[in-house]
Amino acid sequence: MSVNETIASAVGTQEETIIPVKDPIEEGKRESIHVEEGKTVGKPFADDPKFKLRNVEVFYGQDRAIKDISLDIARNEVISFIGPSGCGKSTFLRCLNRMNDSIDICRIKGQLMLDDEDIYHSKKDVVELRARVGMVFQKPNPFPKSIYDNVAYGPRIHGLANRKSDLDDIVENSLRKAGLWDEAKDRLDAIATGMSGGQQQRLCIARAIAVSPEVILMDEPCSALDPIATARVEELIAEMSESYTIVIVTHSMQQAARVSHRTAYFHLGHLVEVNETNKVFTSPEHELTESYITGRFG
Amino acid sequence: MQTANLLPLVLVLAAVAYGLAYMRSRAVAAPLGGIRNLKALPFYYAARAALWCAIPALIVLAAWAGFEGKVIQGIVIATLPQDTWPESPGQASLILSQISNVAAGKLNPEFVPEHIAGAASVLEAMESQSENFKAALVLLVALAGAGFAWTRVAPHINARLNVETTLRRIFFVCAALAVLTTAGIVFSVILETVRFFGRVPITEFLFSTSWSPQTALRADQVGSDGAFGVIPLFTGTLLISAIALLVAVPVGLLSAIYLSEYASKRMRSTVKPVLEMLAGIPTVVYGFFAALTVAPFIRDLAQTVGLEASSQSALAAGLVMGIMIVPFVSSLSDDVINAVPQTMRDGSLALGATQSETMKKVIFPAALPGIIGGILLAASRAIGETMIVVMAAGLAANLTANPLESVTTVTVQIATLLVGDQEFDSAKTLSAFALGMLLFIVTLLLNVVALKIVRKYREQYD
Repeated sequence: MSVNETIASAVGTQEETIIPVKDPIEEGKRESIHVEEGKTVGKPFADDPKFKLRNVEVFYGQDRAIKDISLDIARNEVISFIGPSGCGKSTFLRCLNRMNDSIDICRIKGQLMLDDEDIYHSKKDVVELRARVGMVFQKPNPFPKSIYDNVAYGPRIHGLANRKSDLDDIVENSLRKAGLWDEAKDRLDAIATGMSGGQQQRLCIARAIAVSPEVILMDEPCSALDPIATARVEELIAEMSESYTIVIVTHSMQQAARVSHRTAYFHLGHLVEVNETNKVFTSPEHELTESYITGRFG
Repeated sequence: MQTANLLPLVLVLAAVAYGLAYMRSRAVAAPLGGIRNLKALPFYYAARAALWCAIPALIVLAAWAGFEGKVIQGIVIATLPQDTWPESPGQASLILSQISNVAAGKLNPEFVPEHIAGAASVLEAMESQSENFKAALVLLVALAGAGFAWTRVAPHINARLNVETTLRRIFFVCAALAVLTTAGIVFSVILETVRFFGRVPITEFLFSTSWSPQTALRADQVGSDGAFGVIPLFTGTLLISAIALLVAVPVGLLSAIYLSEYASKRMRSTVKPVLEMLAGIPTVVYGFFAALTVAPFIRDLAQTVGLEASSQSALAAGLVMGIMIVPFVSSLSDDVINAVPQTMRDGSLALGATQSETMKKVIFPAALPGIIGGILLAASRAIGETMIVVMAAGLAANLTANPLESVTTVTVQIATLLVGDQEFDSAKTLSAFALGMLLFIVTLLLNVVALKIVRKYREQYD
């Protein structure tokens, strides 16, 4: 990507921060728009999906955070989850690699299948699931170890390398794929937390790639990054979509439009609409989606 | 007036000054249109008045109390006839105590030389005069201070800055006091240690392997030459501390890991305070538990497997001490493990690490400095502990590495050396200071080394 393009996309990401003036009439109308439970407009299903999710419900204690969502995630697609804060998109994402397990009060109902295997089956090994479904978090969270040890962490745990040279190869490949090799190759022993925010996030992506997952979940991966770092990560997502299935939660509609094939719009725990990205942003089928993407609320 | 009465009086004056200045500042502000026209809130004018009233007066009071005795003594000695002036400090203190005994009515004036009786009446007069002068001066200073502050209650004067500066100085004085006290203790210990090494060579103290601090009071006493070799004491200290840490570190650390990573919130909130209660049990209770329950049990157990065991053993003291210091390790470790950000755990778990792998490879390294801190605290408690050892491990200075024998520690010896009537210039008494000094140096070194290790190996997460 040239410098000009980088700046152009950087400007693009800045636009989203302009807060639209809210129209009181539209605000009132939004309250009256009814979402029918379990009804998702658009194209929620796919042939031969990677993830097959049916009637998923998530409870935090008594609160129902996810209300009867059914969705397919196709192989090697980039799907983005958008929606206002608190709409359940992150919660839903965290179900896909069972990161919600560590929350005591969280209960999950419904059928969640990865390649026709029930990921919430009582005998399912979470370790194996998470090796297949990697995750990148909102805030870059490299371990306070060297860059090398960060990337080598997963492969060491899963015994992916028999020799030191194998591990070196995995580290180099992962850093290359994450576009960090040129910056990091001379200081693999440096502490990862000393890098810039954007570099740290790409390191976290490299760390996730290093265990060769099939799916990568990204929970607002760019929200803590500056526009130029954001552009690098988005570029990376586009490259990675050739070999991975990517699910990305984002607050930036421009980002969803730029990186994803399909976009899913969440609203108060409902999955309102799923469609091809350009369709969602040019001619949304549901009234709520339309008012969200045109900036009338959210 | 007595100092004991003067002190509350000054405080009462300060309170009155506070109240008056408060009211005056409001009164000054009222015609201007409210307190918003003052440079500072009324509280600050009032606080400044109280400080001006109390602090100079208290300084005068303290200075008077500090120098009064010496000055009066000097004057009293000077009133003695020239030919009876003391020739040495020892003689002077003898004469002075005689004089003050007469003055206090403990000694009949008829039994002492005439000049002493005269000096006693001078002393009495001086003391009562001094009391009156002191009271007058202190009250005068207090009133002058308050009066000065009263004149400074004006809308254009910023009392807030004065109060802030004064408070900062008070805090500084408190901090300095703590540091100076420590320095003073160390200094006095060093002085006595040097005196000790004047009697016993430092090489004997450090390298001799026998400890028997009884010295002869008379020249013809038998078997009391005194042997001052610290090695048996330090091996005893190290042995017992090592046993205690062997118990406390694994138990404390693993329970901290359980509490912070695995236990439910409810479990944690009940178990943690209970564990911390272990630290609140008086050591003498642990001591008799060790002496009456654990030590005989260990002896019997050792005998059943055919080992020779003393009824007071290092093992008994060490085990019980280990239990005592568990909370130092567990509570501090639990806090630092909890302080490691959740994002670190998430990052590791999301890569497919198990909970124990996450603990071992991510959380433990990040929490290491705090954990070492907890262990160090526990170690210094173990090294400094006296009561349990007195009761459960005995007083015999055996040079042994066998935990079933009775040993003694540095702190126990310090305690026994100074208990009861002691002459303060014998090597026996002075050796307590040398032991204290050595103990201080050892723990200091321990801390420095541990700090260096922590700096080198810690993984900083923020």
